Amino acid sequence: MFKIIWHRFKKNPLSVLGLIIIVFFAMIAILASVISPYEPTQINVYNVLSPPSSEHLFGTDELGRDVLSRMIWGARISLMVGFIAVGIAITIGIIVGSISGYYGGKIDAVLMRFVDMMLAFPTFFLILAVIAIVEPSISTIMIVIGLTGWMDVARLVRAEFLTLKERDFVMAAKAIGASNLRVMFRHIMPNALSPVFVAATFGIAGAILVESGLSFLGLGVQPPDPSWGNILTSGKDNIIVAWWLSLFPGLAILITVLSYNLVGEGLRDAIDPRLWTSEK
Amino acid sequence: MGSLLIVDSIKKYFPIKGGFRKPLKLLKAVDGVSFEVKGNSVLSIVGESGCGKSTVAKLILRLLPLTEGRIFFKGMDISSAASEDIKKFRRSVQIVFQDPFASLNPRMKIMDILAEPFKIHNLLPNKEIKDRLSGLLKRVGLSADVLKRYPHEFSGGQRQRICIARALTVSPELIVADELLSALDVSIQAQILNLLLDIKKESAISIVFISHDLNVVHYLSDEVAVMYLGRIVEMAKTEDLFQSPKHPYTELLLSSAPKIKVKEDKKIRSWGDKKSSTSQPLNFSTFRLISDVPSPIDIPTGCPFHPRCPKRFDICDKVVPELKDIGGRLASCHLH
Repeated sequence: MFKIIWHRFKKNPLSVLGLIIIVFFAMIAILASVISPYEPTQINVYNVLSPPSSEHLFGTDELGRDVLSRMIWGARISLMVGFIAVGIAITIGIIVGSISGYYGGKIDAVLMRFVDMMLAFPTFFLILAVIAIVEPSISTIMIVIGLTGWMDVARLVRAEFLTLKERDFVMAAKAIGASNLRVMFRHIMPNALSPVFVAATFGIAGAILVESGLSFLGLGVQPPDPSWGNILTSGKDNIIVAWWLSLFPGLAILITVLSYNLVGEGLRDAIDPRLWTSEK
Repeated sequence: MGSLLIVDSIKKYFPIKGGFRKPLKLLKAVDGVSFEVKGNSVLSIVGESGCGKSTVAKLILRLLPLTEGRIFFKGMDISSAASEDIKKFRRSVQIVFQDPFASLNPRMKIMDILAEPFKIHNLLPNKEIKDRLSGLLKRVGLSADVLKRYPHEFSGGQRQRICIARALTVSPELIVADELLSALDVSIQAQILNLLLDIKKESAISIVFISHDLNVVHYLSDEVAVMYLGRIVEMAKTEDLFQSPKHPYTELLLSSAPKIKVKEDKKIRSWGDKKSSTSQPLNFSTFRLISDVPSPIDIPTGCPFHPRCPKRFDICDKVVPELKDIGGRLASCHLH
């Protein structure tokens, strides 16, 4: 099963490249404390806004902090926000979607109208509104992004449940006396998750973008904690004198988001159910 | 023997939604079906595709809610039973589906699929499950090493054996076989059929056999019910039904069943001709053009079979014929 998906995935070179980049960034994030050349918050007032050099590969910012080190630690925060926010979104989405799809009827109608309502809000402004009320911090950012990003997953899971619950193996499980919970989680769920993985991959890209956007606006990760978004903020203030402050974090965001999207696309093609049937 | 299962005028209507308004029409999949299954016997339900056979199967298993009517299993009304009684009922009645490729969970090992009933019903301590399963697999003609594998590693016939093994885990008294053979090769069909008969002989299990293969039905069943558009139009002992069908629809079915007959002039129709009780042989060929099944959404007025019936007369499109007792058997036709 996973072998077949991997086999299909391999055929798309761009997706494989994306995966390599993702793994590379993930390694950087995990090994941040080992590989970062300086402390990310170490201020050096004698060496502000110095251009890239052998000492500071990506230059320094307006407080003399090493941009490369801040980006390495920022990778950890940005990726963590992406993963945990999507984790929250998927959990909510799976619960809502499976209840909605399995029970159907009025429960389904109520839950799906709620989903429609949530989708009708412009997500970014909803997040801004929430951040305006609660104190912005890494954990609130993750929770807020998660709470506003579960609707697509809920719809996907619901659609899978709607078709799977009519399948003979589900009927057989019911006939054998399996409880609703057992049917939902042991029989239907494992067969419903493939599109969720795809959605999650795209979701991580989205969450990283939202986090960067919020941090750029000063509503996300708060200095002195580094994040790609808030490095860009200082880049914006000094864009004429210090191009390196904007270029490198900008590129990092671009490449990461692009990689996740490429992987998502490759995954989507690899687990397309229409291609599945021929190989069973 | 007494009745194991009594199905009492069950109905199942599916609403067809029109836009976001209230349901516009009803699809009458099952419209007042009654029958009995005695202990250690085989009742076959035959009919064309879409006549409601499989819906009846799902209703018996309580996999779909009834619109109307009642179903008794050993005297217990399962349509209104409490959940503990239903759990007991699940141990007594099992189903095997048509498509062996759809009826096993592709993400579960055979071990997990077959062990599940024991865990749900706490039938055996975990240690003993494996031994029991080996025995069970032997009974259906498989070896114990299938347990470690996934469903996609098996052929249709093997999967159907696994499905039968799953149905047997709880030692049921009644097995509903919903088109059990129709997805299998003919040679495999014979094997599975013999397996079913062996099981029936060994453990005195009753079978509700749903099929459109009349040869198999003839071979296997004690009683046959013929369904047409959600209703039973004729029900009789197997020999009676095949020897002298009373309902024109049964005759149509019997005459259209393919049957290999060597060296017996050019007649293809077999049963309908032999001792046909009707006055003259029917000529169905002239009716072929209109011989599509009417939609169960717009069931014809009067006798639902009248648009296709070669023997219809004035009353047929006005009055719905009752299912009447005619000499120890049932048929719903104005001719009788």
